[in-house]
This record gives sequence, structure tokens and C-alpha cells, in this order.
Amino acid sequence: MSEPASGHATHVVPVKVYLGVFLALCVGTVLTVEAAGHDFGALNTPIALGIAVVKATLVVLYFMHVRYSPRLVTLMLLSGVAFLALLVLFTLSDYVSRPWPIVPGS
Amino acid sequence: MSEAAHAPAGPLAHHFADLDQQKESAVLGMWLFLVTEILFFGGLFATYAVYRHLYYDAFSAGSHHLSWRIGFANTLVLIASSLTMAMAVHSAALGKKGRIVLFLLLTILLGSAFLGVKYFEYGEKIRPCLGDGPSAGCLLPGERFDASALHLEGDAARQAQVYFSLYFGMTGLHALHMIIGIPILGLLAWWAHRGRYDAAWHTPVEMVGLYWHFVDIVWIFLFPLLYLVGHH
Repeated sequence: MSEPASGHATHVVPVKVYLGVFLALCVGTVLTVEAAGHDFGALNTPIALGIAVVKATLVVLYFMHVRYSPRLVTLMLLSGVAFLALLVLFTLSDYVSRPWPIVPGS
Repeated sequence: MSEAAHAPAGPLAHHFADLDQQKESAVLGMWLFLVTEILFFGGLFATYAVYRHLYYDAFSAGSHHLSWRIGFANTLVLIASSLTMAMAVHSAALGKKGRIVLFLLLTILLGSAFLGVKYFEYGEKIRPCLGDGPSAGCLLPGERFDASALHLEGDAARQAQVYFSLYFGMTGLHALHMIIGIPILGLLAWWAHRGRYDAAWHTPVEMVGLYWHFVDIVWIFLFPLLYLVGHH
């Protein structure tokens, strides 16, 4: 993962990597719009979110240097994402499995 | 790493063994803050998920009303600002002071361009709500909200207000983060100009970089969720 010789505190990421990530993010944005133009039925949202997750991962790993940071940073980030997943998935599981909103008189 | 050059009035606080340890602590602290930010925005994303599920047609109509071209262009602008921010950190790591200032100023410029476009987008939706006359085209949730532009009636018209509440709430909170970030970038540029940062110590540039990239990530999710619902 990280290069041990110089230590993470002084790790310098080559400019090429940044430019590559930037281009990948641009391509991802074009893909997002392109994918939204087609109807994949139930897969529309998972595809849009999937592309966004890949883009976010690139930003996190390279722009935010998580790839070159201590493992503890990755652990903290993933714990945050896990709690976000708990929040969204458990809330949604409740709403999609109940008749809601309750309309008065119906 | 020449810690001696900084001691005793240098950036190394006395309770850290060396700059590496100090930086690692700063990185962890910053990430802890960003984790709270994930959950701060997370509440809005969860709300969005629920109401998009319940009011899909209204969300789709509201989303169609936004210009995906503007959102797309603004996404590219924000991604470019992330690149210039990363380049500022890179320049700092190499100890190139002039380039830190240059890239920070470019980041401010691109961030401001993004906010300028947002201002235009908001204005379009809010201007019809002002004044006493008819509020045709007003998309600010409330009494003057007008769903005729969305071709919606009845319940769906009411539900579209939830979409626009979330639109203004989520993009507004995102924009607020940028409005807070830009002056901080300006301060960093000033300090970099004064020669505060070098290859051995430039932690503030890196920490603000983390914040800026986080704000970029939030937008990466907001763009498809707000601008491209039922787009096909």
C-alpha cells in the first residue's frame, strides 16, 4: 500500500497520477449523464450511484491520499461509511415495507 | 525532514515527538471531523432516499426541470478545483511556495465560478416568488410555490415541494461548505505567500485539501441524485 522508505508523512504523489484521476473523474461524469439517458429500469439508481462511488473512491484514495495514509484512516473512513449505510438502509427498509404515508380517511 | 530548523519556535508542538507524529494526529483528527460530516449530510441523503421512494413522479418532474447541462458543467468545474487543490498540496510537499499560492488562487477561482453558477440557478427559481404579483415559476417551497411549470397538479404538485426543499437544503448545505472553504483557502494562500509552509511542514494546506475534496465528493453524489432522476 504505502512506500515504507520515505514514510507516509512525506509521500509525494506524482502529478501524472493526479491528472489521471482528474481525467477518470471527467469520464465518470460523462458516463453518469450518458447512463441517465438510457432506461435500465430498476438498475437506474444503482448504476448512477455505482459510478458516483467509483468517482468518490478515486478522490479518497488519490486526492485525499488515503492510499498513502495509515490504515487507521481507512478504518475511520469505512466506519463512517458503515454508519451512513446503517442510517440509509434501515430507514429505507422501514419505509418501503410499510403503508406510508398514512392518508387520513383511507 | 529538518526539525532542527523549526525548533524551538517552529510548527512542532511540544507534546509531539516529531513532525511525522504531529501530522499523523492532524490527519486522524481531520478524518474524524469528515466522518461527522458524512453523517451530517447523511441525514439529508436518508431523507432524500425515503421521499424519492414515496414521491418518485414528483421527484422526477422536479429533476427534469433542472438543467442537467448546467449541473454537468458545474460538476466539471468542481472536479477541476479538486485537481488544483491536489496540485497545491503537491506543490507544498515539494516546497514550491509560488506554486502553492498559484494553485490555491486557481482553486478559489474555480470554487467561486461554481458558486456563481449556483447563484444563477437559485435566482431563476426564487425570483418569481418575490413581489406581490402572481408567482408563476416560483420553485421555492411555501405558499407561493407554483408547480404549473412542472406540469403537476394536486398531490404531485404538493410533493414536488419536498423535492425542492431537499434541492435547496442539500445544495445549500454544500454551497455553505464552499462559502466557508473559500476564505480559508484565501488565508492559506496569504500564509503560503508569507512563506509559512515548506516541504517539511505544510499540514494546514493538506487538511484544507481534505475538506475541499470532501465537499467535491458530496457534489459527485448530489449531481446524479438531484439533476438526473428519471432523465431518460
